[in-house]
Amino acid sequence: MPPMTLIETLFPLGWQHYLLGGLTIGAGVALLYLFNGWVGGMSTVFSSSWSFVFKRPFFQQERFLNSRHWRLVYAAGVVLGALVWRFAMAGGEAQHTSVPVWQLLVGGFLAGYGARLGNGCTSGHGICGLGSLQLPSLGAVLTFMATAFLTANLMRLA
Amino acid sequence: MTMNAHTLTLPKAIVTLLAGGLFGFGLSVATMIQPEVVLGFLQFKDWGLMLVMGGAAGLAMLAYKGFPRWFGRPLLGGQFLTQPAQWNRQTVIGSAIFGVGWGLSGVCPGPALAALGTGNTEVLWALAGVVLGGLAHGLTARD
Repeated sequence: MPPMTLIETLFPLGWQHYLLGGLTIGAGVALLYLFNGWVGGMSTVFSSSWSFVFKRPFFQQERFLNSRHWRLVYAAGVVLGALVWRFAMAGGEAQHTSVPVWQLLVGGFLAGYGARLGNGCTSGHGICGLGSLQLPSLGAVLTFMATAFLTANLMRLA
Repeated sequence: MTMNAHTLTLPKAIVTLLAGGLFGFGLSVATMIQPEVVLGFLQFKDWGLMLVMGGAAGLAMLAYKGFPRWFGRPLLGGQFLTQPAQWNRQTVIGSAIFGVGWGLSGVCPGPALAALGTGNTEVLWALAGVVLGGLAHGLTARD
């Protein structure tokens, strides 16, 4: 058997689909900016949408009221894009994961809470923030990468 | 509703839907919708996520730096908005908590939403978590 190349070591599942997928995400973000002038992070919708339900001053901030409609449309687009992929590329079959439900629920909760407290997630800080060369976003990315590496590896040992 | 830079006209709504569609399609192509792949990256088994984030951030950089210079205004009107990030306690603590949740579940807000399209019913638990996490933050935040 030939020795594994560096590329095979770093990307045992191949690398092309990662780059292609990343560029497609970037194209979506760029499109939203080119035509509408909007910065398309993904986590704000999880604050702004609650402004429809709760009259609390936090939710009624202008930045949420201004953008809550387009953010919902943007989120609907994500769902549709994934749906198109499922039927065009994955034979229409529903996807599954074997990550335990409690990890999904608790992890999702912490990710939602933390993203809103920190004003951004992997897309808001990672893609939009780094894309606009903002140092605070670089700090945020390094911080959540560090705690995520730690958590994921502790879970593997547990 | 008064007109402002965020006003959602029909053409802008169509672009927004398309932009979100590219985002969700790209996440799926990049297999970021599979928590196992994300956790594999976080456990140093596969470096693909760097290519995803790098490719996306690279194009975003071109857009954020280039478009205002080349076009002056967005093609459908309004203005090129900026979203300045702050470096403060909330950013640090929030990002740290976000990372713990991401490392536990392998899911972040975009892929959580995409699960509605891919029909990944298990990941919908993570979406429920993100929705409730956003609520819990808003209900406890200082106004």
